[in-house]
Amino acid sequence: MKLNELTIHEAHQLLASRQVSAVELAQAALARIKSVEPKLHALVTVTEELALEQARQADRRIAQGQASPLTGVPAVIKDNICTKGVATTCSSKMLQNFVPPYDATVTVKLLQAGMVMVGKGNMDEFAMGSSTENSAFFPTLNPWDTSRVPGGSSGGSTVSVAADEALYALGSDTGGSIRQPAGFCNVVGMKPTYGRVSRFGLVAFASSLDQIGPLTKDVTDCALVMNAICGSDPRDSTSAPHNVPDYTKALLPQLKGLRLGIPKEYFVKGMQPEVEKSIRAAIAKLEELGAQVEEISLPHTGYALAVYYIIAPSEASANLARYDGVKYGFSVREAGSMWEAMEKTRQFGFGAEVKRRIMLGTYALSAGYYDAYYLKAQRVRTLIRREFEQAFQEFDAVVTPTSPTVPFKVGEKVDDPLQMYLSDVCTLPINIAGIPALVVPAGFVDGLPVGLQIMGKHFGEETLLRVGYAYEQANGWHKRKPHI
Amino acid sequence: MRLSAEEVRHIALLARLGLSEEDVEKFQEQLSNILENFEILKQVDTTDVPPTAQSLELNNILRDDQVAPSCQPEEVLANAPQQEGGHFKVKAVLE
Repeated sequence: MKLNELTIHEAHQLLASRQVSAVELAQAALARIKSVEPKLHALVTVTEELALEQARQADRRIAQGQASPLTGVPAVIKDNICTKGVATTCSSKMLQNFVPPYDATVTVKLLQAGMVMVGKGNMDEFAMGSSTENSAFFPTLNPWDTSRVPGGSSGGSTVSVAADEALYALGSDTGGSIRQPAGFCNVVGMKPTYGRVSRFGLVAFASSLDQIGPLTKDVTDCALVMNAICGSDPRDSTSAPHNVPDYTKALLPQLKGLRLGIPKEYFVKGMQPEVEKSIRAAIAKLEELGAQVEEISLPHTGYALAVYYIIAPSEASANLARYDGVKYGFSVREAGSMWEAMEKTRQFGFGAEVKRRIMLGTYALSAGYYDAYYLKAQRVRTLIRREFEQAFQEFDAVVTPTSPTVPFKVGEKVDDPLQMYLSDVCTLPINIAGIPALVVPAGFVDGLPVGLQIMGKHFGEETLLRVGYAYEQANGWHKRKPHI
Repeated sequence: MRLSAEEVRHIALLARLGLSEEDVEKFQEQLSNILENFEILKQVDTTDVPPTAQSLELNNILRDDQVAPSCQPEEVLANAPQQEGGHFKVKAVLE
C-alpha cells in the first residue's frame, strides 16, 4: 500500500513507531497531488513548501515522543476556512487574492495537533452549491467517473480524500455540503451538532446553519478528527459549552440495544430505485448487527427545502453585505460614486449562484415580505426541529439515504437552480434542526458510490459513530478505491 | 407570484448589486419560479408556533472584557484594495 492511501490511524502507528517519517508521508501526498490534480482539480492552492516544513516540525515532535494522532498527517482544508498567510478564496473572484491575517480556530487546533497542510479545497463559491461547479476557478470532478460531479459544496476537500491526495480534510456543511459529496465520493463525512465546532475564521454563509466537520477514509478517523476540532471557543459565542468526549470510545462493532427509526418521507418520489435498494440493504445489515429497526414518519420533511432556501439566502444576503470592495477583496474603483463602485464590485466579484441567493434573501427580508417568508420559514423550522426531538425520545438514531441519486453529470443541473437545490433534499433538514449527521459509504450503483446517512439528537455524535463504525466493519465499502 | 423587472431592480438596489439587463431578465424568471415553490409553506398551520432563530436555544454567553493581542494594523491593511496613511481609502461618501 502506498503511504498516501493510509488512514490517519494507520499512518499514526507507522509514524509513532518511526517506520515512516512525516516528510516521507507528505512527499507521498504531494506526489499524488501532482499526478491526479490535472484530472480532478480538487485544490485551489497546493502548499508544498509549507507542508514539507510542517512535516519536518512534526518529525522533530515525534522524535521527542510527543505525537498526537494527527501529528505529521497530511490534510486539506476547505478554502472558506482561514489559514494565516495562505490564500483563502472561497473559490470566489471576490476573495481570489485574500490572504487572511489570522487562523480559524479549527486551523489553530489542527496546527497544535501537528497537521501537515498540503492544500486548500475547491468549493462552490461561498459554499453555495451542490456540485462544486459554482467555483469561480474550475469545477472539481468525481474520481469515480470524471464526467460526473463530486457533489458540493465541499467537493474539493472530499475528492482530495477520495483520491488519496490527503489523509483527511475539513469541510463545512450548511445544507449538506459535507455529507452529499461524501456520499457521492465513497468517503466518511460528519456534520457535527450546531455549536459543536467553533466557526471563528470560517467565512460566514448562513450563520444559524453553518458547521465545520471532518471528511475521512473511515469512521475511526472521523472520531480522531472530531476529538481534535470540537469544543467551545471564547471567540465564537455560538459554540456550545458542552464537554467533548473521547469519540474513539464510541466505536463498538455491534448495535445491540439500539433503536433506529427509518423515516418514510426520505424515500422521496423520483429517487433512483437502485439507490433505494442499496439503502434498504444497508438498513438490513444494521438489523443483522443487533439494531431494532422501525419505520417512522417525519411529516414536515417535505417543507424543509422551502424553509432552507428562505433562511439560508436571507442570512447569506446579510453576511455577504460585507463585500463592498473597501477593506479586502475584489474592488472596482473606476466608477462615479461610492455606491456605483460598490454595486460594480459586487456585480463583477460574485458569480451567478451567489447573486441569485443574495437577491432571494434580500427579497425575503424586505419590507412587506418578511412575515410571509422569513418569519413563516422560522416557524416551520420549529415544527421540523420538534419532530426530530420527538423521534429521538424513542429512537437512538434515524437512518436515511444521503441523496436521492448517484452523482449526476457535469453540466446536467447547472442551469436549473431548483433541480440543483433538490439534490440536497435529504440533507437540509438536519441543518434546520441543528442536529448532527454522519454519512458512511454504503455500496455502489453501476460503479458510483451511495452514502448512508445516520442522524442523531443534539450532541449525540457518539451514537452516530457507533452505528457508522459497526456498519463499516461489517462490510468494506470504504476500502474501495477509484481508478483515476 | 411573478416578479416584475422593476421589482428585480429594486431588490438589486437594496442589495447594492449591479445587474445587467440580461441578469434582470434571468432573475425575473428564476426567482419567480423559486418563490412559487415556497408557496408550499402556506399549507402549514403555524398558529402559536414560535420562530426558531437558532437551534440550540443557548442563552447569551458572556465573557470578561479583557485586553488581549489582536491583529496588527499593517496586517489588517495588507488586504486593502487602496490605503492611505494607515487607513482604508474609500471614494467620497458625501458629494
